Amino acid sequence: MAKLDSDRNASAPGAKFAVIVAPIAVFLIVALIWHALVVLFKIPAVILPKPLDVLISMWTQRWELLRASWVTLQAALLGLGASALIGSVIAVLFSQSRWIRTAFYPYVIFLQTVPIVAIAPLLMIWSGPGLRAVVLVSCIISIFPIISNVTSGLLSIDQNHLDLFRMQEASRWQTLVKLRIPSAIPGLVLGLRVSCGLAVIGAIVGELFVSSSGAYDGLGMVMMAKQANLKIADLMGTILASTCLGILLFLAVQFLGSVVLRRWTKDAGFEST
Amino acid sequence: MLDGLNLEVPRGQIVSLLGPSGCGKSTLLRVVAGLTPAKHGTVSVHGEDVSQARSRLAFVFQEAALLPWRTVWQNVRLPFEIRNQKSQQTIESALKHCLEIVGFQPNDWHKKPSQLSGGMKMRASIARALITDPEILLLDEPFAALDDMLRSRLNDLLLRIVAESHRTMLFVTHNIGEAVYLSQSIAIMSRGRIAELVEVPFAYPRSSELRSTPEFAAFYGRVSEALYRSER
Repeated sequence: MAKLDSDRNASAPGAKFAVIVAPIAVFLIVALIWHALVVLFKIPAVILPKPLDVLISMWTQRWELLRASWVTLQAALLGLGASALIGSVIAVLFSQSRWIRTAFYPYVIFLQTVPIVAIAPLLMIWSGPGLRAVVLVSCIISIFPIISNVTSGLLSIDQNHLDLFRMQEASRWQTLVKLRIPSAIPGLVLGLRVSCGLAVIGAIVGELFVSSSGAYDGLGMVMMAKQANLKIADLMGTILASTCLGILLFLAVQFLGSVVLRRWTKDAGFEST
Repeated sequence: MLDGLNLEVPRGQIVSLLGPSGCGKSTLLRVVAGLTPAKHGTVSVHGEDVSQARSRLAFVFQEAALLPWRTVWQNVRLPFEIRNQKSQQTIESALKHCLEIVGFQPNDWHKKPSQLSGGMKMRASIARALITDPEILLLDEPFAALDDMLRSRLNDLLLRIVAESHRTMLFVTHNIGEAVYLSQSIAIMSRGRIAELVEVPFAYPRSSELRSTPEFAAFYGRVSEALYRSER
């Protein structure tokens, strides 16, 4: 038994190490193959720069990228917040009536399937080329997972819990507030995990359209500028920066989500009355 | 599923519904609770239709059915929150009393269900059922998932509660020993009907020594035979 425990303890840090090292190893291998292909086939930098050049360009334009990332992050967070709020309200409405669900669900699917790139120019026209339009695109693109997961959480309630509330003759409102909404918190966290990456994508897509007006300077605008000047290494560096931004937001939401869920079900409560 | 069924439970008695899975005992309990509507027939509590008397009933589910985001204290308080009837002071003293009855130490009051063992969860569930001071307790195989030792302890807890409060209890189980140990009479159910109503001859108060007496074994055998007969 003691041996088994010690084996397990020994392997735990190893497993954690592998989680970090394995993706880095893959990245290095891909970068090496990329570098080799560029050198071997003499691909011009204007078509495909070497990976090191991309990293160097990221470093040289770091302040510009950080500033643009901050602008995009703000838009993505606002978009994600709006989709969490509006999506949750829609989900609550869906949970209260089969009729509402049946009548409106196809339009929620429409939000999921509509090519956002196609309607983004329309949104620019309607809401003006600024932060509002970018947040709107980010919200539209990230709202579906919230509606879907929160609705599912509100509706898939343990039958015993529902019976418990019926036995106490709870009102519809009490059942919603004291049972359905708390039961949907894990669904909301799950929805946010899926939506946060989409919110960043939405913000950048929105910025691509807003950028032409010069009223906005997020990562999308930086991308458009680099593309126009055929600065491919800079463009790829910006793309990498936007990917990093998505990953960072995902990790942050993942961390906050796990903290919330742990407190929700595991930790001891605080109030006594 | 239930058909031609007539059962009278005298006030202050423990009656068990005993039968194999699918015989309709849980359905009968749900009909009594008003959770499943009966197509025909009536359920009355002291002459009053059950729909008017729901506040006098409490239900203990097979799983503890505690809300995982609430502490034990908050779970037990839930019926008060929904009914919104009593003063804060009354609620607090009732909560403390009920948690003490089921054997909760104060340092466990603020634990969440995931921090409790199966037996503790069921104790909290019983405390929640007792909190509104119901006249009738309906229990749907509450100890089915627990080991024998724990089941026996919780059986004693139920007997103590009934002895102290004179509550009426309708208890669903498929465990013959549990039915014999707890009840004054046992309704043996089969295919949606009550096949036989057996009076249990042992006087209260009962203690766990009763289980090892030859009389208990003999009566256990009789109930077992009746159960077997009902299935033929």
